Amino acid sequence: MFKFIVRRLLQTIPVLIGVSILVFSLMHLIPGDPAVIMSGESAPEEQVENMRERLGLNDPLHVQYFNYVSNAVQGDLGSSIRSGRDVTDEIGGRFWVTVELAIYSTILSIFLGLIAGIVSATRQYSFADTALMIVALFGVSMPNFWLGLMLIQWFAIGIDLPSWVPFLEDTAWFKPSGWGELSQVILPVITLGTSGAAIIARMTRSSMLEVINQDYIRTARAKGVKERVVVYRHALKNALIPVVTVVGLQFGALLGGTVLTETVFAINGMGKLIIDSIQARDFPIVQGTILVVALLFVLVNMLVDIAYRFLNKRIDLE
Amino acid sequence: MSEQMQTIDNPRTAVKPPNPRLKNAKIAYNKLKKNKAAMIGGFMILFFIAVAFIGPYFTPYAPETQDLVNKLQPPSADHWFGTDHYGRDIFSRIIHGMSITLYIGFFSVAMGATVGVVLGMVSGYYGGKIDTVIMRVMDVLLAFPGILLALAIVSVLGPSLNNVIIAVAIFSVPVFARIVRGSTLSVRKLEYIDAMKALGASDFRILFKHILPNIASPIIVQATLSIATTVLTAAGLSFLGLGAQPPMPEWGAMLSDGRNYMYNAWHVAFFPGVMIVLVVLAFNIFGDGLRDALDPKMKE
Repeated sequence: MFKFIVRRLLQTIPVLIGVSILVFSLMHLIPGDPAVIMSGESAPEEQVENMRERLGLNDPLHVQYFNYVSNAVQGDLGSSIRSGRDVTDEIGGRFWVTVELAIYSTILSIFLGLIAGIVSATRQYSFADTALMIVALFGVSMPNFWLGLMLIQWFAIGIDLPSWVPFLEDTAWFKPSGWGELSQVILPVITLGTSGAAIIARMTRSSMLEVINQDYIRTARAKGVKERVVVYRHALKNALIPVVTVVGLQFGALLGGTVLTETVFAINGMGKLIIDSIQARDFPIVQGTILVVALLFVLVNMLVDIAYRFLNKRIDLE
Repeated sequence: MSEQMQTIDNPRTAVKPPNPRLKNAKIAYNKLKKNKAAMIGGFMILFFIAVAFIGPYFTPYAPETQDLVNKLQPPSADHWFGTDHYGRDIFSRIIHGMSITLYIGFFSVAMGATVGVVLGMVSGYYGGKIDTVIMRVMDVLLAFPGILLALAIVSVLGPSLNNVIIAVAIFSVPVFARIVRGSTLSVRKLEYIDAMKALGASDFRILFKHILPNIASPIIVQATLSIATTVLTAAGLSFLGLGAQPPMPEWGAMLSDGRNYMYNAWHVAFFPGVMIVLVVLAFNIFGDGLRDALDPKMKE
């Protein structure tokens, strides 16, 4: 196990180097002169020259990359073009907002996904199974930004329903924007968690079905083990192994999805920071934020791989 | 056996043995036909394609005609899906937007799949250093979660529909490369490939004539499912203002417009979203059905 962890850690190094090269290249792939673009098309020559100096664009490329990485390792991701503040400071508080949003959504999607998947698999072809899987199919097909808008429309703004509809007269229970209070957290978490829940539900269902049809489950049933014990103790444990990988990937998808969710709900997280900075052509912030999110994802994936290994002892034999 | 004998004895009246690939395709098609959901998905896709081609000739209004007197009208007999903030008919804009959505989906997946398939085959076939390099690059691309990679690319290239297509295509390359590499690895060691090598076939010929057709199933399935993801991602980028630019009737951009009028006109954001859901849903269920039909494990 220890060997595996070390090997897995070493494996992430080339990925990290690749990620840093790609993020570093972003600035250089901009068509045209990045210094001109960032100081504004009509900026005087002197200002452009200052910008070029500030971004270190006069150095040879490999020197620039080396500087970028060595600064980044020390926590210096450059400074914002607009505000002049350090990128690390700009990201600072927003980091936790995004991570919180992603974690809550992941928890929601695991919770809903597992329940739906287990119910579906244990009652295959029943009405509940069909209904849940249709809902899940819509869940994976729905753009989360649209779901977010619809939730805002219904539960934050409220819609005029005919007077005969009971209970739903005033449904503007939540706030349409911001982050922190419970009334601000619920809608974005549902928005972001839905597609994950749907994917986990589908995965859990097919994984459970595969396990349930295996001999050892039949043996357990033949021995007279109670159905609940068969499902939860014997089947679920093994069925969850592939689901772990999906959860890891989902966390990544959710991290990426925060960009849209934060924009819809005007949440000041890293996702919204990226979008605002792209629109403002503030590339150091774009680079820094993308780097941080990618690193976070690589880290989570590594932890998931280790957890997977931990759960699935059979791999060790190979 | 008897067929072979016949061929040898009398080549003129020889009965050509059925092409095994055609036979497999037939089995797959029959299985697909039995899968109701997949057939619904398939018909929905055909319907959407028809709408994309023919629809624009029959829309009640031109997609860009403004009518400020009738702006933000709720759905009515005149305007089935209502009007937007410039008084443009949302139904007509949605019909015109269909071709844009499908164009993005098909075109970017075709680009992404082509590059991904070639990289995956080369990686799996040659192995060694080439394999390591290609796969590490794919790992790096996959290290950018979700929409982030496409976002990074568009942020560099600048906002436009074509740049979104490029970004989304690059975003789908690693998925294809990984799947194709795996399939190529499993086919590479088979005897018929050795036989082709012994006959002196070039690597190029072996890869494209003999390996590619045998690993086509997972590629087709992935391509179908990728169109669904691509449509979602591209709509997301347009929603963020990084894709299609106004006044183009792109659904993601229309949704973004609708966002500003939610307090008095829910329908502006509602209908384009419904359409995105339907298109993505169609490709998802068709892709799921294809996967079941083409899965060799499930062959009767």
